[in-house]
Amino acid sequence: MISTHLPVLQVVLPLLGAVLCAMLHRGNWAWAVALVVSWTMPFIAGSLLLQVVADGPISYAIGGWSPPWGIEYRVDVVNAFVLVLVSSVGAVIMPYARLSVASEIAPERQAWFYAMYLLCLCGLLGITITDDAFNAFVFLEISSLSAYVLIALGRDRRALLAAYQYLILGTIGATFYVIGVGLLYTMTGTLNLVDIAGRIDAIETTRPILAALAFLTVGISLKLALFPLHVWLPNAYAYAPSVATAFLAATATKVAIYLLLRFFFSVFGVGFVFDTLPVTTIFLALSVAAMFGASIVAVFQDDVKRMLAYSSVAQIGYITLGIALANQTGLTGGIVHLFNHAIMKSALFLVLGAVFYRIGSVKIQELAGIGYRMPITMGAFVIAGLGIIGTPGTAGFISKWYLALGALEAGDWWIVFLLVGSSVISILYIGRVVEVVWFRPVGEAAKAASDPPNSMMIPALVLVAATVYFGIDADLTVGVAAQAAQTLLEGLK
Amino acid sequence: MDFLHEIAAHYNHWITIFLMVSGLYIVVARGNMVKKLVGLSLFQTSVYLLYISPGKILGGTAPIISDQFEVYSNPLPHVLILTAIVVGVATLALGLALVVRINEAYGTIEEDEIFAEDEDE
Repeated sequence: MISTHLPVLQVVLPLLGAVLCAMLHRGNWAWAVALVVSWTMPFIAGSLLLQVVADGPISYAIGGWSPPWGIEYRVDVVNAFVLVLVSSVGAVIMPYARLSVASEIAPERQAWFYAMYLLCLCGLLGITITDDAFNAFVFLEISSLSAYVLIALGRDRRALLAAYQYLILGTIGATFYVIGVGLLYTMTGTLNLVDIAGRIDAIETTRPILAALAFLTVGISLKLALFPLHVWLPNAYAYAPSVATAFLAATATKVAIYLLLRFFFSVFGVGFVFDTLPVTTIFLALSVAAMFGASIVAVFQDDVKRMLAYSSVAQIGYITLGIALANQTGLTGGIVHLFNHAIMKSALFLVLGAVFYRIGSVKIQELAGIGYRMPITMGAFVIAGLGIIGTPGTAGFISKWYLALGALEAGDWWIVFLLVGSSVISILYIGRVVEVVWFRPVGEAAKAASDPPNSMMIPALVLVAATVYFGIDADLTVGVAAQAAQTLLEGLK
Repeated sequence: MDFLHEIAAHYNHWITIFLMVSGLYIVVARGNMVKKLVGLSLFQTSVYLLYISPGKILGGTAPIISDQFEVYSNPLPHVLILTAIVVGVATLALGLALVVRINEAYGTIEEDEIFAEDEDE
């Protein structure tokens, strides 16, 4: 009965919830709707994941039009894992959102914030679950347009500028994506990804297919903020409302990475993308540049939110490194890091949101000694920060461990040194904050601060606990990620 | 001659490429935020042509099954582009709304002047 319709409910519920939020027009009511909807999502995603792990891929024909003519929603281990990640982060942030949004956004705009939040969630889940290339574009634009609005709702006027710049670059990225899909469609006559994958072998060396791959790669790379296409990201994350930053940092770029994985591995195939074309070399170079370039820039940021945004660019470099290695272990590392980084980074941004809630700033000079006033909050920052560095016992270590093993397996031992080197730089920027927060006398700005109310503290602590839990018992994440990597490497054919 | 023939035969693609590149050029080269959005729209419009023009088959008819016709044009690209046009309009509307807000906040829509204002802070 209802269980057969889970794939479509995953997308339709947030869509309807968004409309409801917009009509309610009262901040608290809209929040209640968003809370209920976002808490339903992980249960749907979780049961889909359990189903696909047990019985293999689920295919759902929208409106009863059977694929490849109709739009197909197809769930396998790879996207079920991403669905669980996106919906869980979306749900954990929601209880936190009420106070944070109430303090950062004007009352008449709060309902719109929740409407946009749910719309963005709908778009991200839609990109992940659909098996139709054009449908993915529509969801990409749904999630992007709502993300621009979420960012523009920030208090600083620079949020408007950041949203505008993101809109320009995001639209260029999405348009590149449609150009790629258009070329694929002209050559294969189908939009269903499984169907395209079946037809592409015979024509894969033709020029339109090469052009399609190039357009898709650049377009999606803009969306996932691959170095040097990341310029929209730091300002967008720095000036967006705290809740929006925590949500987007954990989900938007991750879903774009999923889309790239889908096209590289499932549609075009490992042999073509990584063996025939120099994609490995290009992605290795860009990943390493991100890991070092963005990390070094992060060290010199005074706005801690902006610093973590640059750190995100660096961490995305680790994930694309795993993609570039394109072997079982490396890809597992990349997918695990996709999950782990989402958890750690949203934890850090939630902590910063709590600081902003108390003192109205996240400038590093105003945070002096705030650890003594907000001990639990800043303790959480330290633990999640250790995760970003990749200390053993945290989730960040697990992903770096698998990436290093994958690099050795590929015979690129020098990558292991680069991984360690980049981690050392992350010690610098996390350490800089820790030093100011814990080892300086309490500053003027921090005097009146205290730990935030439980509704904000608990979501942050849940994510920090997950950082530690998945660092000690990685069977669950690594197990699913390994299965996802295997599915990707085998391809759809 | 062959070369010229080749170019003429694919004239629809040349128009597409011209619109695409000029749109992208305007986005990059102009500092005025409204002009950038105009360029962005031009860029998106070129994609409509990329989809629609291969959908037409010479001598093909509308896709209504009939004994008299055997060759049909593909209707799907039109439907896809109808969606893409809606997306393009929404993007342009949101972009212009942001420009209005930026004008209210900064008093200008020239990018270099806005950056200069933020530098001063």
